Amino acid sequence: MAAMTTTAPAVRRSRSGRSGQAGGQQRAGKFTYFLIAIITLLSIFPLYWTLVSGSHTNAQMAETPPPFVPTGDFFHNLSMAMQRQDLWRALLNSTIVATVVAVSNVLFCTLAGFAFAKLRFRGSNVLLMLVVGTLMVPLQVGIVPLFMLAAKYHMIGHLQAAIAPYLVSAFGVFLLRQYLIAALPTELVEAGWVDGASTFRIFRSIVLPIARPAMAVLAMFQFLMAWNDFFWPILVLNNRNPTVQVALNGMGTGYIPQTAVVMAATFFVTVPVLVAFGFLGKQIVGGIMQGAVKG
Amino acid sequence: MGSRAAYVYVAPFFIIFAAMGLYPFLYTAWVSLHKVSLAKPNAMSWVGFANYSHLWSNHFFLNALKNTFTIGVISTVPQLLIALGVAHMLNYTMRWRTFFRVALILPYATSVAAATLVFSQIYSQQYGLANWVTGLFGVHNIDWLNNKWASQTAISTIVTWRWVGYNALIYLAGMQAIPGDLYESAVIDGASRWQQFRFVTLPGLRPTILFTVIISTIGATQLFAEPLLYGSGKPNGGGLNQFQTLGLLMYQQGWANRNLGLAATTAWTIFLLIVVLVLVNVFVMRRITRESKG
Repeated sequence: MAAMTTTAPAVRRSRSGRSGQAGGQQRAGKFTYFLIAIITLLSIFPLYWTLVSGSHTNAQMAETPPPFVPTGDFFHNLSMAMQRQDLWRALLNSTIVATVVAVSNVLFCTLAGFAFAKLRFRGSNVLLMLVVGTLMVPLQVGIVPLFMLAAKYHMIGHLQAAIAPYLVSAFGVFLLRQYLIAALPTELVEAGWVDGASTFRIFRSIVLPIARPAMAVLAMFQFLMAWNDFFWPILVLNNRNPTVQVALNGMGTGYIPQTAVVMAATFFVTVPVLVAFGFLGKQIVGGIMQGAVKG
Repeated sequence: MGSRAAYVYVAPFFIIFAAMGLYPFLYTAWVSLHKVSLAKPNAMSWVGFANYSHLWSNHFFLNALKNTFTIGVISTVPQLLIALGVAHMLNYTMRWRTFFRVALILPYATSVAAATLVFSQIYSQQYGLANWVTGLFGVHNIDWLNNKWASQTAISTIVTWRWVGYNALIYLAGMQAIPGDLYESAVIDGASRWQQFRFVTLPGLRPTILFTVIISTIGATQLFAEPLLYGSGKPNGGGLNQFQTLGLLMYQQGWANRNLGLAATTAWTIFLLIVVLVLVNVFVMRRITRESKG
Protein backbone atom coordinates (compact mmCIF):
# COMPACT_ATOMS: atom_id res chain seq x y z
CA MET A 1 0.00 0.00 0.00
CA ALA A 2 0.85 3.63 -0.22
CA ALA A 3 2.32 4.24 3.17
CA MET A 4 4.86 1.46 2.80
CA THR A 5 7.92 3.56 1.97
CA THR A 6 9.69 2.45 5.18
CA THR A 7 12.79 4.40 6.14
CA ALA A 8 13.54 6.43 3.05
CA PRO A 9 11.38 9.50 3.88
CA ALA A 10 12.72 9.77 7.41
CA VAL A 11 16.28 9.87 6.10
CA ARG A 12 15.45 12.49 3.51
CA ARG A 13 13.77 14.57 6.12
CA SER A 14 16.64 14.80 8.54
CA ARG A 15 18.88 16.02 5.76
CA SER A 16 16.67 18.69 4.23
CA GLY A 17 14.51 19.55 7.23
CA ARG A 18 15.11 21.21 10.56
CA SER A 19 16.20 24.43 8.84
CA GLY A 20 13.21 26.31 10.21
CA GLN A 21 11.32 27.46 7.16
CA ALA A 22 9.70 24.24 5.93
CA GLY A 23 6.06 23.76 6.90
CA GLY A 24 6.56 20.71 9.06
CA GLN A 25 9.45 22.24 10.96
CA GLN A 26 7.85 25.24 12.58
CA ARG A 27 8.03 25.50 16.34
CA ALA A 28 4.98 24.62 18.34
CA GLY A 29 3.16 27.57 19.88
CA LYS A 30 1.66 27.70 23.36
CA PHE A 31 -1.77 26.78 22.04
CA THR A 32 -0.38 23.66 20.34
CA TYR A 33 1.24 22.59 23.60
CA PHE A 34 -2.05 23.18 25.38
CA LEU A 35 -4.07 21.09 22.91
CA ILE A 36 -1.59 18.26 22.73
CA ALA A 37 -1.42 18.17 26.53
CA ILE A 38 -5.20 17.77 26.69
CA ILE A 39 -5.21 14.99 24.11
CA THR A 40 -2.38 13.24 25.96
CA LEU A 41 -4.32 13.54 29.21
CA LEU A 42 -7.41 12.03 27.57
CA SER A 43 -5.26 9.16 26.27
CA ILE A 44 -3.87 8.31 29.66
CA PHE A 45 -6.87 9.12 31.85
CA PRO A 46 -8.98 5.96 31.31
CA LEU A 47 -5.97 3.86 32.33
CA TYR A 48 -5.55 5.92 35.48
CA TRP A 49 -9.28 5.69 36.08
CA THR A 50 -9.04 1.89 36.06
CA LEU A 51 -6.73 2.20 39.04
CA VAL A 52 -9.04 4.70 40.80
CA SER A 53 -12.23 2.71 40.27
CA GLY A 54 -10.34 -0.47 41.16
CA SER A 55 -9.89 0.86 44.68
CA HIS A 56 -13.35 2.18 45.53
CA THR A 57 -16.74 0.61 46.21
CA ASN A 58 -19.72 1.30 43.97
CA ALA A 59 -21.13 3.62 46.65
CA GLN A 60 -17.89 5.61 46.83
CA MET A 61 -17.81 5.96 43.05
CA ALA A 62 -21.37 7.31 43.11
CA GLU A 63 -20.43 10.25 45.36
CA THR A 64 -20.35 13.80 44.06
CA PRO A 65 -17.64 14.57 43.17
CA PRO A 66 -16.25 11.06 42.66
CA PRO A 67 -12.89 10.13 44.22
CA PHE A 68 -9.89 10.89 42.03
CA VAL A 69 -7.09 9.14 43.91
CA PRO A 70 -6.43 5.37 44.19
CA THR A 71 -6.19 3.75 47.61
CA GLY A 72 -4.73 0.61 49.16
CA ASP A 73 -8.09 -1.13 48.81
CA PHE A 74 -6.96 -1.83 45.26
CA PHE A 75 -4.93 -4.81 46.47
CA HIS A 76 -7.87 -6.22 48.39
CA ASN A 77 -10.02 -5.99 45.25
CA LEU A 78 -7.25 -7.53 43.20
CA SER A 79 -7.07 -10.56 45.49
CA MET A 80 -10.86 -10.88 45.21
CA ALA A 81 -10.42 -10.92 41.44
CA MET A 82 -7.67 -13.52 41.70
CA GLN A 83 -10.10 -15.84 43.47
CA ARG A 84 -12.40 -15.70 40.46
CA GLN A 85 -9.87 -15.86 37.65
CA ASP A 86 -6.33 -17.17 37.54
CA LEU A 87 -4.80 -13.94 36.29
CA TRP A 88 -1.21 -15.15 36.57
CA ARG A 89 -2.07 -18.12 34.40
CA ALA A 90 -3.80 -15.76 31.97
CA LEU A 91 -0.68 -13.59 31.73
CA LEU A 92 1.50 -16.64 31.19
CA ASN A 93 -0.84 -18.04 28.51
CA SER A 94 -1.05 -14.72 26.70
CA THR A 95 2.73 -14.45 26.74
CA ILE A 96 3.07 -17.94 25.26
CA VAL A 97 0.45 -17.35 22.56
CA ALA A 98 1.78 -13.93 21.55
CA THR A 99 5.41 -15.05 21.55
CA VAL A 100 4.78 -18.13 19.40
CA VAL A 101 2.71 -16.04 16.98
CA ALA A 102 5.38 -13.34 16.73
CA VAL A 103 8.27 -15.79 16.23
CA SER A 104 6.41 -17.89 13.69
CA ASN A 105 5.36 -14.84 11.69
CA VAL A 106 8.86 -13.42 11.62
CA LEU A 107 10.36 -16.73 10.55
CA PHE A 108 7.96 -17.77 7.79
CA CYS A 109 7.16 -14.29 6.49
CA THR A 110 10.82 -13.31 6.21
CA LEU A 111 11.56 -16.46 4.22
CA ALA A 112 8.67 -15.87 1.84
CA GLY A 113 9.18 -12.10 1.73
CA PHE A 114 12.80 -12.61 0.64
CA ALA A 115 11.77 -15.02 -2.12
CA PHE A 116 9.17 -12.58 -3.44
CA ALA A 117 11.57 -9.66 -3.25
CA LYS A 118 14.72 -11.10 -4.81
CA LEU A 119 14.20 -14.55 -6.34
CA ARG A 120 12.59 -15.18 -9.69
CA PHE A 121 10.39 -18.25 -9.92
CA ARG A 122 7.45 -19.49 -11.95
CA GLY A 123 4.08 -18.64 -10.48
CA SER A 124 5.48 -15.91 -8.26
CA ASN A 125 3.09 -13.28 -9.61
CA VAL A 126 0.02 -15.43 -9.01
CA LEU A 127 1.17 -16.36 -5.51
CA LEU A 128 1.92 -12.75 -4.67
CA MET A 129 -1.49 -11.66 -5.90
CA LEU A 130 -3.00 -14.27 -3.61
CA VAL A 131 -1.16 -12.69 -0.69
CA VAL A 132 -2.01 -9.10 -1.57
CA GLY A 133 -5.61 -10.00 -2.40
CA THR A 134 -6.22 -11.37 1.09
CA LEU A 135 -4.50 -8.47 2.90
CA MET A 136 -7.87 -6.87 3.50
CA VAL A 137 -9.80 -10.01 4.47
CA PRO A 138 -10.24 -10.13 8.24
CA LEU A 139 -10.06 -13.40 10.16
CA GLN A 140 -13.67 -12.96 11.25
CA VAL A 141 -14.83 -13.90 7.74
CA GLY A 142 -13.35 -17.39 8.09
CA ILE A 143 -14.13 -17.88 11.76
CA VAL A 144 -16.85 -20.53 11.32
CA PRO A 145 -14.71 -23.03 9.36
CA LEU A 146 -11.79 -22.33 11.71
CA PHE A 147 -14.01 -23.22 14.62
CA MET A 148 -15.18 -26.39 12.86
CA LEU A 149 -11.52 -27.33 12.31
CA ALA A 150 -10.65 -26.70 15.95
CA ALA A 151 -13.62 -28.84 17.04
CA LYS A 152 -12.75 -31.61 14.61
CA TYR A 153 -9.18 -31.89 15.86
CA HIS A 154 -10.21 -31.59 19.54
CA MET A 155 -8.24 -28.39 20.06
CA ILE A 156 -10.97 -26.50 21.93
CA GLY A 157 -9.63 -25.42 25.31
CA HIS A 158 -5.99 -25.73 24.27
CA LEU A 159 -3.61 -22.88 23.50
CA GLN A 160 -2.77 -24.42 20.12
CA ALA A 161 -6.26 -23.46 18.97
CA ALA A 162 -5.66 -19.81 19.87
CA ILE A 163 -2.30 -19.82 18.08
CA ALA A 164 -2.90 -21.77 14.86
CA PRO A 165 -4.86 -19.23 12.75
CA TYR A 166 -2.23 -16.55 13.40
CA LEU A 167 0.96 -18.47 12.61
CA VAL A 168 1.52 -16.54 9.39
CA SER A 169 0.07 -13.35 7.91
CA ALA A 170 -0.22 -11.94 4.42
CA PHE A 171 0.68 -8.60 5.97
CA GLY A 172 4.02 -9.99 7.17
CA VAL A 173 5.03 -11.30 3.75
CA PHE A 174 4.04 -8.03 2.14
CA LEU A 175 5.89 -5.94 4.73
CA LEU A 176 9.10 -7.95 4.40
CA ARG A 177 8.90 -8.02 0.61
CA GLN A 178 8.51 -4.24 0.36
CA TYR A 179 11.28 -3.68 2.85
CA LEU A 180 13.76 -6.05 1.20
CA ILE A 181 13.11 -4.71 -2.30
CA ALA A 182 14.30 -1.32 -1.07
CA ALA A 183 16.89 -2.29 1.52
CA LEU A 184 18.61 -5.34 0.05
CA PRO A 185 20.86 -4.59 -2.96
CA THR A 186 20.38 -7.26 -5.65
CA GLU A 187 24.12 -7.11 -6.40
CA LEU A 188 24.80 -8.35 -2.88
CA VAL A 189 22.67 -11.45 -3.47
CA GLU A 190 24.26 -11.95 -6.89
CA ALA A 191 27.75 -11.65 -5.42
CA GLY A 192 26.79 -14.40 -3.03
CA TRP A 193 25.74 -16.64 -5.92
CA VAL A 194 28.97 -15.94 -7.79
CA ASP A 195 30.97 -16.88 -4.70
CA GLY A 196 29.10 -20.18 -4.68
CA ALA A 197 27.13 -19.59 -1.48
CA SER A 198 23.96 -21.67 -1.08
CA THR A 199 20.61 -19.89 -0.98
CA PHE A 200 20.37 -20.78 2.69
CA ARG A 201 23.79 -19.29 3.36
CA ILE A 202 22.84 -16.10 1.51
CA PHE A 203 19.66 -15.89 3.55
CA ARG A 204 21.46 -16.29 6.84
CA SER A 205 24.50 -14.10 6.23
CA ILE A 206 23.14 -11.40 3.91
CA VAL A 207 19.35 -11.21 4.14
CA LEU A 208 18.78 -11.69 7.88
CA PRO A 209 21.07 -8.88 9.09
CA ILE A 210 19.51 -6.45 6.61
CA ALA A 211 15.93 -7.52 7.29
CA ARG A 212 16.25 -7.15 11.05
CA PRO A 213 14.48 -3.77 11.44
CA ALA A 214 11.45 -4.95 9.44
CA MET A 215 11.44 -8.23 11.36
CA ALA A 216 11.34 -6.29 14.63
CA VAL A 217 8.40 -4.20 13.39
CA LEU A 218 6.54 -7.34 12.33
CA ALA A 219 7.25 -9.07 15.64
CA MET A 220 5.93 -6.06 17.53
CA PHE A 221 2.73 -5.84 15.46
CA GLN A 222 1.97 -9.55 15.65
CA PHE A 223 2.75 -9.82 19.36
CA LEU A 224 0.40 -6.96 20.16
CA MET A 225 -2.28 -8.29 17.80
CA ALA A 226 -2.14 -11.77 19.34
CA TRP A 227 -2.07 -10.38 22.88
CA ASN A 228 -5.14 -8.21 22.31
CA ASP A 229 -7.12 -10.54 20.04
CA PHE A 230 -10.58 -11.20 21.43
CA PHE A 231 -13.18 -12.90 19.22
CA TRP A 232 -11.27 -16.06 18.34
CA PRO A 233 -9.82 -16.84 21.80
CA ILE A 234 -13.18 -16.48 23.54
CA LEU A 235 -14.59 -19.06 21.12
CA VAL A 236 -11.90 -21.69 21.60
CA LEU A 237 -10.62 -21.08 25.15
CA ASN A 238 -12.41 -21.02 28.48
CA ASN A 239 -11.90 -19.88 32.05
CA ARG A 240 -10.01 -23.00 33.04
CA ASN A 241 -7.15 -22.15 30.68
CA PRO A 242 -7.62 -18.50 29.72
CA THR A 243 -5.55 -15.87 28.02
CA VAL A 244 -5.77 -12.35 29.39
CA GLN A 245 -8.63 -11.40 27.10
CA VAL A 246 -10.57 -14.57 27.89
CA ALA A 247 -10.15 -13.86 31.60
CA LEU A 248 -11.34 -10.27 31.12
CA ASN A 249 -14.30 -11.55 29.15
CA GLY A 250 -15.10 -13.84 32.08
CA MET A 251 -14.87 -10.91 34.51
CA GLY A 252 -17.05 -8.68 32.35
CA THR A 253 -19.66 -11.35 31.69
CA GLY A 254 -20.41 -12.88 35.06
CA TYR A 255 -22.34 -10.95 37.67
CA ILE A 256 -19.89 -9.29 40.04
CA PRO A 257 -21.53 -6.99 42.59
CA GLN A 258 -18.49 -4.74 43.07
CA THR A 259 -17.19 -3.19 39.83
CA ALA A 260 -13.92 -2.46 41.65
CA VAL A 261 -13.01 -6.16 41.45
CA VAL A 262 -13.33 -6.12 37.65
CA MET A 263 -11.39 -2.87 37.43
CA ALA A 264 -8.57 -4.16 39.63
CA ALA A 265 -8.21 -7.21 37.40
CA THR A 266 -8.30 -5.04 34.30
CA PHE A 267 -5.56 -2.79 35.64
CA PHE A 268 -3.42 -5.72 36.76
CA VAL A 269 -3.35 -7.38 33.34
CA THR A 270 -2.79 -4.06 31.56
CA VAL A 271 0.28 -3.15 33.64
CA PRO A 272 2.68 -5.42 31.67
CA VAL A 273 1.72 -3.61 28.46
CA LEU A 274 2.31 -0.23 30.10
CA VAL A 275 5.70 -1.35 31.45
CA ALA A 276 6.71 -2.63 28.02
CA PHE A 277 5.82 0.76 26.61
CA GLY A 278 7.94 2.44 29.23
CA PHE A 279 10.96 0.56 27.93
CA LEU A 280 10.15 0.22 24.24
CA GLY A 281 7.84 3.18 23.59
CA LYS A 282 10.23 4.99 21.29
CA GLN A 283 10.90 1.86 19.20
CA ILE A 284 7.19 1.07 18.99
CA VAL A 285 6.40 4.59 17.77
CA GLY A 286 9.14 4.24 15.18
CA GLY A 287 7.79 0.82 14.18
CA ILE A 288 4.28 2.11 13.58
CA MET A 289 5.57 5.05 11.56
CA GLN A 290 7.87 2.87 9.47
CA GLY A 291 5.54 -0.05 9.01
CA ALA A 292 2.55 2.24 8.62
CA VAL A 293 0.38 -0.72 7.71
CA LYS A 294 -1.79 -2.88 9.92
CA GLY A 295 -2.49 -6.56 9.25
CA MET B 1 18.27 -17.43 -10.37
CA GLY B 2 17.38 -19.52 -7.35
CA SER B 3 14.22 -20.86 -8.91
CA ARG B 4 14.16 -24.19 -7.09
CA ALA B 5 15.18 -22.69 -3.78
CA ALA B 6 12.45 -20.07 -3.99
CA TYR B 7 9.74 -22.71 -3.59
CA VAL B 8 11.43 -23.97 -0.44
CA TYR B 9 11.32 -20.43 0.90
CA VAL B 10 7.66 -19.77 0.19
CA ALA B 11 6.42 -23.31 0.94
CA PRO B 12 6.19 -23.10 4.77
CA PHE B 13 4.27 -19.87 4.51
CA PHE B 14 1.88 -21.07 1.84
CA ILE B 15 1.14 -24.41 3.48
CA ILE B 16 0.01 -22.66 6.68
CA PHE B 17 -1.59 -19.81 4.75
CA ALA B 18 -3.64 -22.23 2.65
CA ALA B 19 -4.85 -24.15 5.70
CA MET B 20 -5.49 -21.24 8.06
CA GLY B 21 -6.24 -18.38 5.67
CA LEU B 22 -7.51 -19.39 2.24
CA TYR B 23 -9.37 -22.53 3.21
CA PRO B 24 -11.50 -21.00 6.00
CA PHE B 25 -12.20 -17.95 3.85
CA LEU B 26 -13.48 -19.97 0.88
CA TYR B 27 -15.07 -22.71 2.95
CA THR B 28 -17.22 -20.08 4.71
CA ALA B 29 -19.11 -19.63 1.45
CA TRP B 30 -19.69 -23.38 1.23
CA VAL B 31 -20.84 -23.65 4.86
CA SER B 32 -23.26 -20.77 4.31
CA LEU B 33 -25.17 -22.99 1.87
CA HIS B 34 -25.73 -25.60 4.56
CA LYS B 35 -27.54 -26.16 7.79
CA VAL B 36 -24.88 -26.75 10.44
CA SER B 37 -25.43 -26.97 14.16
CA LEU B 38 -22.89 -26.05 16.82
CA ALA B 39 -23.75 -29.35 18.52
CA LYS B 40 -22.48 -31.32 15.49
CA PRO B 41 -20.25 -28.86 13.66
CA ASN B 42 -19.07 -31.43 11.13
CA ALA B 43 -22.47 -32.71 10.00
CA MET B 44 -23.76 -30.44 7.23
CA SER B 45 -26.95 -30.65 5.21
CA TRP B 46 -27.46 -28.73 1.97
CA VAL B 47 -30.04 -25.93 2.01
CA GLY B 48 -28.95 -23.84 -1.00
CA PHE B 49 -29.53 -20.13 -0.57
CA ALA B 50 -32.10 -20.53 2.20
CA ASN B 51 -29.77 -18.99 4.79
CA TYR B 52 -29.31 -15.93 2.59
CA SER B 53 -32.98 -15.35 1.92
CA HIS B 54 -33.65 -15.84 5.62
CA LEU B 55 -30.88 -13.48 6.68
CA TRP B 56 -31.43 -10.65 4.23
CA SER B 57 -35.13 -10.36 5.05
CA ASN B 58 -34.48 -10.71 8.76
CA HIS B 59 -35.31 -7.81 11.07
CA PHE B 60 -32.31 -8.53 13.32
CA PHE B 61 -29.92 -8.49 10.38
CA LEU B 62 -31.22 -5.18 9.04
CA ASN B 63 -31.02 -3.70 12.53
CA ALA B 64 -27.43 -4.91 12.99
CA LEU B 65 -26.51 -3.62 9.55
CA LYS B 66 -27.88 -0.18 10.42
CA ASN B 67 -26.14 -0.15 13.80
CA THR B 68 -22.84 -1.22 12.25
CA PHE B 69 -23.18 1.64 9.79
CA THR B 70 -24.10 4.34 12.32
CA ILE B 71 -21.55 3.26 14.92
CA GLY B 72 -19.00 2.98 12.10
CA VAL B 73 -19.64 6.53 10.93
CA ILE B 74 -19.68 8.16 14.36
CA SER B 75 -16.52 6.37 15.38
CA THR B 76 -14.49 6.56 12.16
CA VAL B 77 -15.12 10.15 11.08
CA PRO B 78 -14.19 11.91 14.35
CA GLN B 79 -11.37 9.44 14.88
CA LEU B 80 -9.65 10.28 11.59
CA LEU B 81 -10.30 14.03 11.82
CA ILE B 82 -8.86 14.22 15.34
CA ALA B 83 -5.92 12.06 14.24
CA LEU B 84 -5.22 14.46 11.39
CA GLY B 85 -5.21 17.42 13.76
CA VAL B 86 -3.01 15.62 16.26
CA ALA B 87 -0.55 14.61 13.53
CA HIS B 88 -0.38 18.22 12.38
CA MET B 89 0.49 19.30 15.92
CA LEU B 90 3.05 16.52 16.39
CA ASN B 91 4.73 17.66 13.20
CA TYR B 92 5.89 20.90 14.85
CA THR B 93 9.23 20.79 16.58
CA MET B 94 8.38 20.57 20.23
CA ARG B 95 9.81 19.51 23.56
CA TRP B 96 8.87 16.12 25.04
CA ARG B 97 7.88 14.93 21.58
CA THR B 98 8.74 11.30 22.33
CA PHE B 99 6.70 11.41 25.53
CA PHE B 100 3.66 12.77 23.68
CA ARG B 101 3.93 10.17 20.94
CA VAL B 102 4.29 7.25 23.34
CA ALA B 103 1.43 8.49 25.53
CA LEU B 104 -0.80 8.86 22.48
CA ILE B 105 -0.43 5.22 21.43
CA LEU B 106 -0.97 3.75 24.90
CA PRO B 107 -4.67 3.33 24.03
CA TYR B 108 -3.71 1.40 20.89
CA ALA B 109 -1.72 -1.04 23.04
CA THR B 110 -4.53 -1.37 25.57
CA SER B 111 -6.63 -4.41 24.77
CA VAL B 112 -10.14 -3.82 23.51
CA ALA B 113 -11.51 -5.88 26.40
CA ALA B 114 -9.72 -3.78 29.02
CA ALA B 115 -10.73 -0.54 27.31
CA THR B 116 -14.38 -1.55 27.09
CA LEU B 117 -14.56 -2.59 30.74
CA VAL B 118 -13.15 0.78 31.85
CA PHE B 119 -15.45 2.75 29.59
CA SER B 120 -18.42 0.69 30.78
CA GLN B 121 -17.55 1.87 34.28
CA ILE B 122 -17.19 5.47 33.08
CA TYR B 123 -20.60 5.33 31.37
CA SER B 124 -22.32 3.52 34.24
CA GLN B 125 -25.58 5.29 34.95
CA GLN B 126 -25.46 5.42 38.76
CA TYR B 127 -21.75 5.75 39.48
CA GLY B 128 -20.09 6.69 36.22
CA LEU B 129 -17.80 9.60 35.58
CA ALA B 130 -19.54 10.55 32.34
CA ASN B 131 -22.78 11.47 34.05
CA TRP B 132 -20.92 13.44 36.71
CA VAL B 133 -19.24 15.48 33.95
CA THR B 134 -22.46 16.06 32.00
CA GLY B 135 -24.09 16.92 35.35
CA LEU B 136 -21.63 19.81 35.70
CA PHE B 137 -23.20 21.19 32.53
CA GLY B 138 -26.72 20.63 33.79
CA VAL B 139 -27.49 17.41 31.92
CA HIS B 140 -28.38 14.68 34.37
CA ASN B 141 -28.84 10.92 34.29
CA ILE B 142 -28.18 10.06 30.68
CA ASP B 143 -28.96 6.36 30.18
CA TRP B 144 -25.76 5.39 28.37
CA LEU B 145 -26.89 1.76 28.09
CA ASN B 146 -30.55 1.71 27.11
CA ASN B 147 -30.82 4.88 25.06
CA LYS B 148 -29.96 3.99 21.48
CA TRP B 149 -27.93 7.03 20.51
CA ALA B 150 -26.28 7.38 23.90
CA SER B 151 -25.14 3.75 23.84
CA GLN B 152 -23.86 3.99 20.27
CA THR B 153 -22.03 7.22 21.12
CA ALA B 154 -20.46 5.56 24.15
CA ILE B 155 -19.24 2.61 22.07
CA SER B 156 -17.88 5.01 19.44
CA THR B 157 -15.80 6.82 22.05
CA ILE B 158 -14.14 3.51 22.95
CA VAL B 159 -13.19 2.93 19.32
CA THR B 160 -12.09 6.53 18.86
CA TRP B 161 -10.05 6.49 22.06
CA ARG B 162 -8.16 3.36 21.01
CA TRP B 163 -7.35 4.40 17.44
CA VAL B 164 -6.72 8.17 17.33
CA GLY B 165 -3.06 7.91 18.35
CA TYR B 166 -2.27 5.09 15.95
CA ASN B 167 -3.80 6.92 13.00
CA ALA B 168 -2.08 10.14 14.05
CA LEU B 169 1.30 8.40 13.81
CA ILE B 170 0.44 7.09 10.35
CA TYR B 171 -0.53 10.59 9.22
CA LEU B 172 2.62 11.98 10.82
CA ALA B 173 4.75 9.50 8.84
CA GLY B 174 2.92 10.62 5.69
CA MET B 175 3.44 14.30 6.50
CA GLN B 176 7.15 13.83 7.04
CA ALA B 177 7.44 12.22 3.61
CA ILE B 178 6.19 15.42 1.95
CA PRO B 179 9.24 17.25 0.54
CA GLY B 180 10.10 20.39 2.48
CA ASP B 181 10.67 22.51 -0.63
CA LEU B 182 6.94 22.28 -1.43
CA TYR B 183 6.32 24.23 1.78
CA GLU B 184 9.16 26.63 0.97
CA SER B 185 7.67 27.56 -2.39
CA ALA B 186 4.22 27.84 -0.79
CA VAL B 187 5.66 30.29 1.74
CA ILE B 188 7.31 32.27 -1.05
CA ASP B 189 3.91 32.44 -2.77
CA GLY B 190 2.55 33.95 0.44
CA ALA B 191 0.54 30.96 1.67
CA SER B 192 -0.72 31.12 5.24
CA ARG B 193 -0.32 28.17 7.61
CA TRP B 194 -3.87 27.06 6.88
CA GLN B 195 -3.30 27.36 3.12
CA GLN B 196 -0.11 25.31 3.45
CA PHE B 197 -2.10 22.64 5.26
CA ARG B 198 -4.93 22.78 2.74
CA PHE B 199 -2.89 22.89 -0.49
CA VAL B 200 0.36 21.09 0.40
CA THR B 201 -0.23 18.75 3.35
CA LEU B 202 -3.66 17.38 2.46
CA PRO B 203 -2.89 16.54 -1.20
CA GLY B 204 0.39 14.96 -0.13
CA LEU B 205 -1.43 12.83 2.41
CA ARG B 206 -4.10 11.59 0.03
CA PRO B 207 -2.81 8.00 -0.37
CA THR B 208 -2.26 7.78 3.39
CA ILE B 209 -5.76 9.06 4.08
CA LEU B 210 -7.25 6.53 1.68
CA PHE B 211 -5.31 3.81 3.45
CA THR B 212 -6.55 4.82 6.92
CA VAL B 213 -10.13 5.20 5.66
CA ILE B 214 -10.09 1.68 4.24
CA ILE B 215 -8.49 0.17 7.35
CA SER B 216 -10.95 1.96 9.66
CA THR B 217 -13.89 0.95 7.48
CA ILE B 218 -12.89 -2.70 7.61
CA GLY B 219 -12.37 -2.37 11.35
CA ALA B 220 -15.85 -0.87 11.72
CA THR B 221 -17.49 -3.83 9.97
CA GLN B 222 -15.74 -6.15 12.46
CA LEU B 223 -16.85 -4.38 15.62
CA PHE B 224 -17.44 -7.11 18.18
CA ALA B 225 -15.70 -6.94 21.55
CA GLU B 226 -16.91 -3.43 22.34
CA PRO B 227 -20.66 -4.10 21.93
CA LEU B 228 -20.32 -7.54 23.57
CA LEU B 229 -18.62 -6.38 26.76
CA TYR B 230 -20.48 -3.06 26.85
CA GLY B 231 -23.62 -5.19 27.17
CA SER B 232 -22.04 -7.30 29.97
CA GLY B 233 -21.22 -10.17 27.62
CA LYS B 234 -24.72 -10.67 26.25
CA PRO B 235 -24.82 -11.20 22.49
CA ASN B 236 -28.04 -9.26 21.90
CA GLY B 237 -26.38 -5.83 22.04
CA GLY B 238 -28.72 -4.30 24.60
CA GLY B 239 -32.32 -5.13 25.50
CA LEU B 240 -33.69 -3.75 22.23
CA ASN B 241 -30.62 -4.73 20.19
CA GLN B 242 -29.85 -1.02 20.15
CA PHE B 243 -26.12 -1.58 19.70
CA GLN B 244 -25.97 -5.04 18.18
CA THR B 245 -23.44 -5.03 15.33
CA LEU B 246 -23.02 -7.55 12.51
CA GLY B 247 -20.08 -9.17 14.31
CA LEU B 248 -22.16 -9.56 17.43
CA LEU B 249 -25.13 -10.90 15.46
CA MET B 250 -22.89 -13.52 13.89
CA TYR B 251 -21.71 -14.56 17.35
CA GLN B 252 -25.30 -14.79 18.56
CA GLN B 253 -26.38 -16.87 15.56
CA GLY B 254 -23.46 -19.28 15.74
CA TRP B 255 -22.62 -19.61 19.39
CA ALA B 256 -25.79 -18.63 21.29
CA ASN B 257 -28.43 -19.95 18.86
CA ARG B 258 -26.06 -22.72 17.71
CA ASN B 259 -26.69 -22.13 14.01
CA LEU B 260 -23.25 -22.15 12.39
CA GLY B 261 -24.65 -22.17 8.85
CA LEU B 262 -26.42 -18.87 9.41
CA ALA B 263 -23.33 -17.44 11.12
CA ALA B 264 -21.29 -18.33 8.02
CA THR B 265 -23.91 -16.57 5.90
CA THR B 266 -23.49 -13.43 7.99
CA ALA B 267 -19.69 -13.76 7.75
CA TRP B 268 -19.81 -13.99 3.97
CA THR B 269 -22.24 -11.07 3.86
CA ILE B 270 -19.78 -9.02 5.93
CA PHE B 271 -17.08 -9.88 3.41
CA LEU B 272 -19.26 -8.72 0.50
CA LEU B 273 -19.97 -5.56 2.45
CA ILE B 274 -16.24 -4.94 2.88
CA VAL B 275 -15.64 -5.38 -0.85
CA VAL B 276 -18.38 -2.88 -1.66
CA LEU B 277 -17.19 -0.36 0.93
CA VAL B 278 -13.56 -0.54 -0.21
CA LEU B 279 -14.62 0.01 -3.82
CA VAL B 280 -16.77 2.97 -2.78
CA ASN B 281 -13.86 4.45 -0.82
CA VAL B 282 -11.49 4.11 -3.76
CA PHE B 283 -14.05 5.52 -6.16
CA VAL B 284 -14.83 8.54 -3.98
CA MET B 285 -11.13 9.22 -3.46
CA ARG B 286 -10.52 9.10 -7.23
CA ARG B 287 -13.37 11.55 -7.78
CA ILE B 288 -11.96 13.96 -5.22
CA THR B 289 -8.48 13.71 -6.74
CA ARG B 290 -9.75 14.34 -10.25
CA GLU B 291 -11.90 17.29 -9.19
CA SER B 292 -9.10 19.01 -7.33
CA LYS B 293 -6.78 18.56 -10.29
CA GLY B 294 -9.23 19.76 -12.94
